[in-house]
Amino acid sequence: MNWISNYVRPTINSIFSRREVPENLWHKCDECGTMLFHRELSDNLNVCTQCNHHMGITPRDRFKALFDGGIFVEVDVPEPVADPLHFKDQKRYADRMKAATKATGEKEAMLVVEGEMGRTPIVAACQDFSFMAGSMGMYVGNAIIAAAERAVELKRPLILFSAAGGARMQEGILSLMQMPRTTVALQMLKEEGLPYIVVLTHPTTGGVTASYAMLGDVHIAEPNALICFAGPRVIEQTIREKLPEGFQRAEYLLEHGMLDRVTSRTQMKEELISITRMLMRQEAPVKGDLPAPDAPVEQTKET
Amino acid sequence: MTNYLDFEKPLAEIEGKAEELRAMARSNDEMDISKEAAALDQKAADMLVDLYKDLTPWRKCQVARHPQRPHCQDYIDALFTEYTPLAGDRAFGDDHAVMGGLARFDGKPVLVIGHEKGNDTKSRIERNFGMARPEGYRKAIRLMDMADKFGLPVITLVDTPGAYPGKGAEERGQSEAIARSTEKCLQIKVPLISLIIGEGGSGGAVAFATANRLAMLEHSVYSVISPEGCASILWKDAEKMREAAEALRLTAKDLAELGICDRVIPEPLGGAHRHRADTIELVKGAIEKMLAELSGKSGDDLVKDRRQKFLTIGSRGLAA
Ligand SMILES: [Zn+2]
Repeated sequence: MNWISNYVRPTINSIFSRREVPENLWHKCDECGTMLFHRELSDNLNVCTQCNHHMGITPRDRFKALFDGGIFVEVDVPEPVADPLHFKDQKRYADRMKAATKATGEKEAMLVVEGEMGRTPIVAACQDFSFMAGSMGMYVGNAIIAAAERAVELKRPLILFSAAGGARMQEGILSLMQMPRTTVALQMLKEEGLPYIVVLTHPTTGGVTASYAMLGDVHIAEPNALICFAGPRVIEQTIREKLPEGFQRAEYLLEHGMLDRVTSRTQMKEELISITRMLMRQEAPVKGDLPAPDAPVEQTKET
Repeated sequence: MTNYLDFEKPLAEIEGKAEELRAMARSNDEMDISKEAAALDQKAADMLVDLYKDLTPWRKCQVARHPQRPHCQDYIDALFTEYTPLAGDRAFGDDHAVMGGLARFDGKPVLVIGHEKGNDTKSRIERNFGMARPEGYRKAIRLMDMADKFGLPVITLVDTPGAYPGKGAEERGQSEAIARSTEKCLQIKVPLISLIIGEGGSGGAVAFATANRLAMLEHSVYSVISPEGCASILWKDAEKMREAAEALRLTAKDLAELGICDRVIPEPLGGAHRHRADTIELVKGAIEKMLAELSGKSGDDLVKDRRQKFLTIGSRGLAA
């Protein structure tokens, strides 16, 4: 029996996957204008094959590429109180949430999973920029707490992929409180001596940058990702001058000492495996194609 | 001279009229204005009650930003003895937007840290209007470490529009500085109490206010974003700040209901800027009570208490 046919989750994932049926078979790179065939683009993890421009990628697609055999299991995140402030701007927050859920097929802006990456067991969390700009509210806070607790329980490293426009204004002060809340979660990892690696992706801004995205043992960014607290437009308005080319981009932050590395998405898996295994004092990774992992026990029972 | 806020204009007119009347009487002995003046005074007093009994969130923001409101320096001067400012982050510079140092409160040594906005053009510029740069947070981290090492309680006075959106502040990693300051607040094994005395602006405030106990003056505000900023993003119109202030639920009362603010310090009628000494005295009482609540707790318990507080936040929303 083939191990993958035994495993139901990837099939479920593909039903909900947003990129499975592209509206257009060709995608134009916003950076160099090259027309890219959708399959070629998704095989290259949404990185332009011509100019290396990193486009957005959903957490599920990222995890499919990251985990051995594309297999991962979701970690439950406690549901917070919905719309705790009864917030309404031009639209009701509740309606914005409904629209975001419908557009993405996800229930919130962060996905927490566990699985093996190059046979290295990890817990991973990924922020979903397509869900209300990945904004950090109670759910994202709960997700990071759940991720840290699970990592501590399993004694695994936590790898977090950040992407956010900042705090979720519709949750007011409660969104701001995720800065200390997520910091508490990271302290749990620290106390257990477990690695916490942050992969900063485009864009990572505001309260997210000023909390869990800047508290990693290792900070890796994707090329050209915008990483900042105050956005370039706000700064230009304040200081009334034009900012230099590449300001607040990953390479700029690397030069200013805020990051350890800038790594292309296509190289990321290998690099994460290597770093994680060294920090965990594990054997060197096996190069090349790995044998397929065992399917998780609770899934095999179903067949 | 009172600095009137826009919503206080009718009050300014009446108080102005009463003042005029008295000036006229001073230059003319024949005139008896006592009745009219008393009537105007009464009218002004009634109006003040009326204006302040139910301030809208936006008006609270205005009161919180009032230039004559007592600032960090005023509290330090009035409530602490032997204040010894300690400067610098030992890496780049000293941030004048952040005051901090050793001092005695009720005779006991403590460490006090706070944002200072300044009170005239010169000092406001020097203080960068209370907007810290990375050096400010890093100085605070250094001072919190010192307090931790020597077992001194930390008192933070928060009054900032937020972090400074400047080029250098970004280049020198203000995100990381804020994150580390918040982390430090959660790590130290000494009592940490915080008071929002004016504006609690976003990450710049969190970096100091992640405390065992948080008190807010009645008309102070604490928010993820300024009402103007929120309005320009969500309403696409910065003039919708009244609506944004309403929606953000940034008042002391709302934050108490959410379990974020532990103590609301009532302000004398007409706001802290009309009764500076009385307000400072009320703040003193709150500091005493909060320190007393935490005295006797072990270092580990203090850390646990802080963590639990933040993990629990958000478990209930506001009533509809
Ligand atoms: Zn391209």
